Parts: sequence; C-alpha cells; structure tokens
Amino acid sequence: MTWLRVLVLICAVLLMAPAFAVGPDEILPNPALESRARDISAGLRCLVCQNQSIDDSDADLARDLRILVRERLLAGDSDEAVRQFLVDRYGEYVLLAPRLGAHTMLLWAAGPLLLLVGVGGLWLAARRHKRQQQGEMTDEEAEALDSLRQPSSER
Amino acid sequence: MAIELGHFALILAFAIATVSAIGGLAFRPAGERLALVLSQGAVLQFVLVAVAFAALIQAFVSSDFSLALAANNSHSLKPLLFKISGVWGNHEGSMVLWILILVLFGALVAAFGRGLPPDLLALVLATQSLLAAAFGGFTLFTSNPFARLVPAPLQGGDLNPVLQDVGLAIHPPLLYAGYVGFSICFSFAVAALISGRIDQAWARWVRPWTMLSWTFLTLGIAMGSYWAYYELGWGGWWFWDPVENASFMPWLAGTALLHSALVMEKRNALKVWTIFLSIITFSLSLLGTFLVRSGILTSVHTFASDPTRGLVILTLLALVIGGAFALFALRASTLRQGGLFAPVSREGALILNNLFLATAVGAVLVGTLYPLVLDALGGTTISVGAPFFNLTFGALMAPLLLILPFGPLLAWKRADIVGAAQRLLGAGALAIFLTILIASLGGRSISLAPLGLLLGFWVAFGAVAELIDRGRLGRIPLRESVRRLVGLPRSAWSTAVAHFGIGVSVLGIVATSAWQTELVTTLNPGESAELSGYTIAFNTFQEVPGPNYRAEQGSFTVTAPGGGTRPLTAERRIYGASGMPTTEAAISTYGFSQLYLQLGEPLDTTHVVRIWHKPYITLIWLGALLMAGAGVLSLSDRRQRIGAPRAAAKMVPEPGQ
Repeated sequence: MTWLRVLVLICAVLLMAPAFAVGPDEILPNPALESRARDISAGLRCLVCQNQSIDDSDADLARDLRILVRERLLAGDSDEAVRQFLVDRYGEYVLLAPRLGAHTMLLWAAGPLLLLVGVGGLWLAARRHKRQQQGEMTDEEAEALDSLRQPSSER
Repeated sequence: MAIELGHFALILAFAIATVSAIGGLAFRPAGERLALVLSQGAVLQFVLVAVAFAALIQAFVSSDFSLALAANNSHSLKPLLFKISGVWGNHEGSMVLWILILVLFGALVAAFGRGLPPDLLALVLATQSLLAAAFGGFTLFTSNPFARLVPAPLQGGDLNPVLQDVGLAIHPPLLYAGYVGFSICFSFAVAALISGRIDQAWARWVRPWTMLSWTFLTLGIAMGSYWAYYELGWGGWWFWDPVENASFMPWLAGTALLHSALVMEKRNALKVWTIFLSIITFSLSLLGTFLVRSGILTSVHTFASDPTRGLVILTLLALVIGGAFALFALRASTLRQGGLFAPVSREGALILNNLFLATAVGAVLVGTLYPLVLDALGGTTISVGAPFFNLTFGALMAPLLLILPFGPLLAWKRADIVGAAQRLLGAGALAIFLTILIASLGGRSISLAPLGLLLGFWVAFGAVAELIDRGRLGRIPLRESVRRLVGLPRSAWSTAVAHFGIGVSVLGIVATSAWQTELVTTLNPGESAELSGYTIAFNTFQEVPGPNYRAEQGSFTVTAPGGGTRPLTAERRIYGASGMPTTEAAISTYGFSQLYLQLGEPLDTTHVVRIWHKPYITLIWLGALLMAGAGVLSLSDRRQRIGAPRAAAKMVPEPGQ
C-alpha cells in the first residue's frame, strides 16, 4: 500500500487542475437529485485516474463527468439511463462495478465457486479422514504410543 | 568512496547468499558444521546489506547528488527525516530496504535457531539465501541503487511531495517487515518439503514467525490506510486499489496461516494445508511487492518503467512461486495427515475460518487480476472497483464473523456446540439489543448498516464473553475470577483481544460508512458553516513559507455541540522543486469520531471548504491496533517464545478446555 498512495496521488497530482472532488458550484439545488447524482458518481470511474470514482477525483475530466451526470439527471434520465449514456460514450470501463454478462460471468461467479470448491474439498477430506479413522493408526500415533510405553527414553 | 563501499558490500552479500544457497541445497543431509557455516553466512549477509543501506542513507543525508538515486529523489532543503525516508521512496532504494529486512530475518533464524535440527536449519537458511541471491541479483543487475552521475548536479529533483510525510518513514518499513517476514514461513515450508519431515515442532517454530510478520503487516496496512486518509484529502481510508489489494491478500492468507498453524501445533492436523498456506502467503507478498513494479498492473504509475526490468521481475516471480508449488505438488503426498477430530470441534471451527479466508483471498485475487486477463484475451476493458469488492468480500466475511465467537469456546477434538451457544447467549442478546437501539435512533440508515452493526457487536461481545466464561465471572467470588483471568495464558488473552479488535474495526467501518455527513461550501474569512451540530468558523487566510514549499493556510475555529472550541489549520502546499500541490487536511478528534476539514481551491473570490463528520472512524484503526497488540501479547507468551525447542520436544497433551 505504500504505492497506493503514490499511485492515487501521482494521478491526482499530475492531473490536478484547480478542481477538487465535488465543488460547491456543481451541486444541484434539488437535494433528491443531488443525492442520486452522488450515488451514480461513486460507481463511475475517473478514466484518467488510477482507481478513483469521479466522486472522489480531483481531475478535470472527473469534474466534467460529474457535471454531465447532473445534466442528464436534470433532463429527466433515470439512474440506469445516465449510466448507459456514459457507457455508450466511454465503454464499460467507466463502470466500477462491471455488469453481469458473458465476459464477467467468471468474475462474479468466482467467489461462490471458490467457496463451493472449498466445501467440496473439505467434504472429500472428511470422507478420507473417516476411512482412515477406521483403519490402523498413523505413524505419529504409533510413535506417540511407543513413547508412552517407554517414558524413560524421552527424558 | 562510501557509496562504492556500499556497492561492494551489496555485491559481496549477493555472492555469499549465492554460495550459501548452493551449498545448503547441494550437501544434504547437512551436518552441524554446514549449518554453522550457513548461520554465519546469514549473519554476514545482514551485516553487509546493512552497510550498503547505511551508505545510501549517508548519501541522502549529506545530499551527495553524485549518486543518481539521491539526485533524482532528494533535495538539500528537505527536512532530515524526509531525506532518510526518501531512500526507500523509490524503486531502487526500496529494493535495498526489502533485501535488508529479508537478510535480517535470515540472521534472526540463525541467531535463534541453534535448537533446530541441523538439516532443517541448513535447508531453511539455504532457501532464505536463495531468495536473497535472487532479489539481490535483480537489484544489482537491473536496478542498481549505487549508480553515479557525472557531473553531479548542484541540486536534487526532490521527492514526490506526497511522500514527504512521516507516513513514508514508518509505513514501508512496517509493511516490508510483514511481507518479508512471511519468507521465513516460506523457507520453513520448502525445507519441510525437501526433507519430507514435518511435525508439531515445525509448527511451533513457524507460528511465532507468522505471528510476528502478521503483526507487522497489520500495523503496516493500518498505518498506510490512516496515511491515505489524512493525506489524500477527501477522507477515504480504503479504495480496493490493486496495490491495496496486493497488501491485503497476504494479510488474509497470513491470518488463515496463523489459525491453521495453531491446529497443526496443538493437534498435528492440517499439515499439508499449512505448508500450502505458507507458500501461498509469501507468494502473495511477492506479488504485492513486485507485481506493481512489473508494469503489467498499472502502466502509468509504476516505478519500473523499464520493460526489461518488468520481464525480469515476472520471470523471477514465476521461478520462485512456480518452483515452490512444483515442489509442493511433488512432495506433499509424502506428508502424513494426523490428528483426528469431529466436525464440531475447535479444529472444525478453525477449518471454517480458513475456508472463508482462503475464499476471500481467491475472490480478491480474481477481482484484481480479472481486468488484466480479460484485456489480454482481447476482450473488452472493464473496471473492477470498490462496489464489486465490497459486495463479494462482505458476503464472505459476514458468515465468518457470525461463527467467529464460537471458535474459542469450542473444545479440541469434539465440542458441545449447544454449550458454546449458551455461553454466548448474553453477548448475542446484548448485540441485538444495541443494534435495534442504534438503528431506531440513527434515523436515516443504509439498509445493510444494522447487519454490520450486529456482526461488529456480536464479535466484540463474543470475545468478552469468552473471557467472562474463562474467568467464571459471576459464578465464583470476584477475587477468584480476577485471579483466574490474570492467570490465563497470554495466548488466551491474545485471542480475545484480537477478536475484540476485529469487532471494533467492523463497528468503525459500518458507523462511518452509514452515518458520515459532508458539507461542501464556499467560505470567506469571517464566515462560518455548520455540520452535525459543529460550528466551523473561518478566521483567517494567509500565505506562509515552508522549508521547501509555499503554503496557503486557513485558520478555523470549531465549536463542538457540547460547547468548547478548538483551533484548526488546513493547508494547500505548492512544492518548490516540482511545483506539485498537496493538501494538508485539518483533523480534529472528538471521542472516537473525527471532524475532517479540507481547504479547497479558490472559487471566484471565496474559498471552497469541504467538511466531513466521520462518526467513530478511529475505531477502524483502533481495532487494527488491538489486533497488532494481540500479536505482541501472543509473542510474549513464554510457551511459544521464538525458538523454545525444549517445549517443542515434550509430548504433553494439551489440557482440555
């Protein structure tokens, strides 16, 4: 994470024009619309930054996008329509949470799949364990038994 | 002259590491004498790399700009602390720090490892030397920190202003100590695989090293998070950035390793899995340190812009990680499993812990690398950001937190889950009561906030319930209870404190995400604003000179809801050498909450001011500090002090709970 700071900051710093995360001049007078704008912004990527949403970013482009989002909302677009508008312009790269589709199937399924694999592995291991349990003792157990039988040899 | 001495010392250390690695791996089984030679070699490597590192520090402190590294990253007007920390604020210097910590750990094993069987000690030190040789060679041949500049410039290019902070002095050394500490677990795992011998004594050895590294890594990540929080200027503390993920994955894997090594040490089970985790944890640490520098993860902002260097790094990673896993695949089947237990038992709970932690590692890894792979396969470019990770990671952590309080209350081998549930009844009831109370008082809340609060309280109170149960508080006279609690082994306290810390962190995360308030406004000196009951008055605005920057400074007075005023100063700085601006936010702590104030850019004739009230945000880092403290507590337990071989040789069954 040392370099997180470097990354995020170099990005912020290099691209810094006198613009910071949401500015007072951008805020919409209608609080309901503004709150929707903030929610949408938090899920949109600042395209020229490392890994920041346009809501957090200081870059000029982020400011332009924030204003664009608010313009679309004022024009009466739904949240999804605003997102679609930006995806049409900039590609899916602009969405911080990728859409569910053929190309992201593995990504979204990875967590549950891994968990299933883990549970399956545990089940197999437990079954093998049970079989072992009915069999004879392991080397370690034999060793332990030996050492118990001859306590003097250990000391 | 000092620089050439340093350069020579690093080359010599590389040579010794190479010889140690070859010698230790070629002459097997190693006897006492070879182990002794390798031990001396390990100490010598440390001394030599320390000399090299000292030479770099000396050049930075004395502003010797004939050293290319100093010319590029230092400035004669920089404060002394930042001159020193500037040594590792760049690729080459940070490599030397990384290697220094690597050989330090090797030297520590040599110092504490006299009680180890000579063959095991020799194999561990040889593996450790192999790592030192590989990464020492990489540093010397592709990123030489000792390159000179002729003619030497009169002034240096200065360090990135963002890095001119105490954070840089503390954060990388802690983080590297954590990352590199796991190399010991890795070397022990490789040694166990080569020798085919692995027993409880092995686990007794590995667990303290894991605990030590994990403690450093916990502190390093928490420190980095707080640094980002106060420096970046908008109060974010975790971004799911690839680089952050890279440090978080070894932490998750290391946490799993701590718990699985516990099972192995106490019950001689989970051997193969523990070995696997040891390898994986260090591999993730390597990814964390190097993937970012290889140029494939972040094309614009990496140190290693040189593509050949990136290729060397990737080859090196592939060899080290691939080699270890190949060894694992070949030899793991020779290790016998032992220690039988019922599904409902302490072992079973620890396995569930490992299941969820390992899955979380996998999910974060997939999320981090997926966009790269998709892009490389010619598909569309997508972003995987915070919303994805919050959902995936949160969904995996919730069940883990739910079962967490049960673990320490279950007995080894076979446990009574109903009994454990009964003992947690009070904690559960209190957690539910408090959650309902807060959710009803809190008003506007995010839908998942109550669930998060419930989990946080449950984990925290569950840890307390375990201590109450162990002290039989309320069932026997108070004095007797206190005596019992004081007499508990430190490892028991450590478990409770660490688990309590997790609960505290969760509460902080939930509270600040759900109830943070924010105000963005324009103010002139003399005007004031209000947020969450706090009144913030803008007093004066002035320009002040700093040592190597100019600052625009705003002075504010904050009046708390309960009365009482505090002065606050926020700055915007422009650094002379680079012309880069930074913001210095003003942060004031009230109880566990913080008021975060940032002076923005001028707008027309006024100043943009952003103010956040972040309720209970400090709990996030306090929880991490508790976890790290628990690590220290556990390390101080005499029963598992590093290198206590006599205790390891005894075969005394653990007393039942």
